[in-house]
Amino acid sequence: MQLNRDELLGAYRRMKTIREFEERLHEEIKTGEIGGFTHLYAGQEAVAVGLCDQLTIDDKIVSTHRGHGHCIAKGCDVKGMMKEIYGRAGGLCKGRAGSMHIADLDVGMLGANGIVGGGAPQAVGAAIAARIDGKGRVGVTFSGDGACNQGTTFEAMNLAVVTKVPAIFVFENNHYSEHTGDAYAVGTNRDIASRAEGFGMKAWRANGCDFFETYAAFTEILEYVRAGNGPAAIELDTERYYGHFEGDPQRYRGKGELDRIRAERDCLKAFRARVTGAALLTDADLDTIDAEVLALIDEAVAEARADEQPDPATVADDVYVEYY
Amino acid sequence: MAIMNIREAIVSTLHAEMERDSDIILLGEDVVGGNGTAGGPEAIGGIWGTSPGLWKKFGPERVIDTPISESAIIGAAAGAALSGKRPVAELMFADFVGVSLDQIWNQMAKFRYMFGGKTKCPAVVRLVYGAGMQTAAQHSQSVYAMLTAMPGLKVVLPTTPADAKGLLTEALRGDDPVMFFEHKTLYGVKGEVPDGDHRQRFGEARVVREGGDVTVVACGRMVNFSEKAADAVAKDGIGIDLLDLRTTSPLDEDAILESVEQTGRLVVVDESPPRCSLAADIAAMVTERAFTSLKAPPAMVTAPHSPIPFARNLERAWVPSPQKIEDAVRRVLAFR
Ligand SMILES: Cc1ncc(C[n+]2csc(CCOP(=O)(O)OP(=O)(O)O)c2C)c(N)n1
Repeated sequence: MQLNRDELLGAYRRMKTIREFEERLHEEIKTGEIGGFTHLYAGQEAVAVGLCDQLTIDDKIVSTHRGHGHCIAKGCDVKGMMKEIYGRAGGLCKGRAGSMHIADLDVGMLGANGIVGGGAPQAVGAAIAARIDGKGRVGVTFSGDGACNQGTTFEAMNLAVVTKVPAIFVFENNHYSEHTGDAYAVGTNRDIASRAEGFGMKAWRANGCDFFETYAAFTEILEYVRAGNGPAAIELDTERYYGHFEGDPQRYRGKGELDRIRAERDCLKAFRARVTGAALLTDADLDTIDAEVLALIDEAVAEARADEQPDPATVADDVYVEYY
Repeated sequence: MAIMNIREAIVSTLHAEMERDSDIILLGEDVVGGNGTAGGPEAIGGIWGTSPGLWKKFGPERVIDTPISESAIIGAAAGAALSGKRPVAELMFADFVGVSLDQIWNQMAKFRYMFGGKTKCPAVVRLVYGAGMQTAAQHSQSVYAMLTAMPGLKVVLPTTPADAKGLLTEALRGDDPVMFFEHKTLYGVKGEVPDGDHRQRFGEARVVREGGDVTVVACGRMVNFSEKAADAVAKDGIGIDLLDLRTTSPLDEDAILESVEQTGRLVVVDESPPRCSLAADIAAMVTERAFTSLKAPPAMVTAPHSPIPFARNLERAWVPSPQKIEDAVRRVLAFR
């Protein structure tokens, strides 16, 4: 792994930002100030950062209903995100999107998605555009173990294969779709990557709680796809620490399951152990980042709370582009 | 009569009807809930709490958790209905009609007609709809008008626990595909529910109140908002004829026309954008059929022509409010 010091620090900062953003939202939601559905990404940080750290701003990603991590990894403004989730005028989407539909096209983040499976074909479209533009860009879609069962995902994979476009299908298998397990709902012996292979795509598998393994797999995939070999897929074994949505009592979890995955499958802890063990970074380096991230999240929440509500008179604006 | 809320009325009706008729099956995402997990089946009894106990009672052959694949859910329901079963398919948000539209629109709705009237398709699709919980553009829509526009589908929207029972029973005993809309903010609404067999015929509007000055026609949550508006104008001695449509296909045209012929004034309230809406449809029907009775142009109270926003205050501005209904009532009364 040839990550230099700055790259390591940057990766840690982004993963930590996602984690603290989520931990803080988990608390703030209890105040009742944040409405609608909020789906937290905590636990899956290594996937979003392991990939997006290797993308440029012109590479496009399409996200899921669990999109905060993808947003932060792709470079969305954290304060703008927080304002959006609070439904404020200064939010990334002026308070129209909320957590579930958040987007920032300026950084190549084409949107979270309230429709499971809605994004995959759009990533193929992004890949078609990328190939025409000829600058080696890619279109990426994130899907869960639930979304991989949606027809759109199958249709998108086949379209990507027959058009040989630079699309990457990232399957984040956190083993649950809402309250149903992948053991029940994923029919290929729970092996999602083999579905992509069934369409004739090259597929990778990796431990999504291990940043370095995930990063290395994405390096290979990006090389492969950017070289014009057509689409690729990867299935990542990962975990979500919180419920399907905030407020989910998680009765479907096994006893002690959450404690166990937090203890044994925490990508941030594993990252720290690895880089300090190999003397690449010190605990002090990482502690400094922790403090900075916490301060940023504090500011983001304070600014979101203080920001104005959108003007109700604007409710029907932006339906169409105005030409005159 | 028992007092229960709409959620309880739906659950108990499903239990009773599945017990009565072994052809009824239930399928949808997480309707069992917890399959393939350590918590096991029924760790969750449906995400809206509308299917607890059904799996335990009727088993995995009749209560089927599906993967996330709405086309497959609705298509399977259509196929099972053609094969002698009475499926109830749940779409946990009505917006997901978008994903399964072909199976509803081109398949299920058309079988009976296309096949020369020789077949039936007794499938009930339960759809959770409506704004009010900040679920934003892709989880809040009221797509009943779109499905009302499609011949072959019956479209039902209960607003009371008694109607939830009566209309669901009717849906389950009928032989047509029924789109059964449940407003996500109304599950907790309580009321009296008749014991035993209770069927509510489709196409028979509920007269919520009779007042004689203005006819207000509404469905779903907008019925409750219209009652608030009616209370407000009652203080000024204005009496409202309030009709809860119960079903938009078939539509109780007679009840609407009869009332308008008395009052000469119509306000239609519809929780969706105005163009090609239920409100537009009813306003046009009344204008055509009762023109000479009208003392004022029909008024439509609808959402604006836009998707549904997330922010709390924007969502409130989007949804037709009791105040807007009240204003419309006063407007049609002031017209001369
Ligand atoms: C078309 C559609 N069907 C159902 C839902 C409801 N829903 C939202 S998230 C979700 C589960 C998604 O599971 P998965 O793809 O594994 O992603 P994860 O939640 O695990 O990140 C479901 C069923 C939806 N939003 N859209």
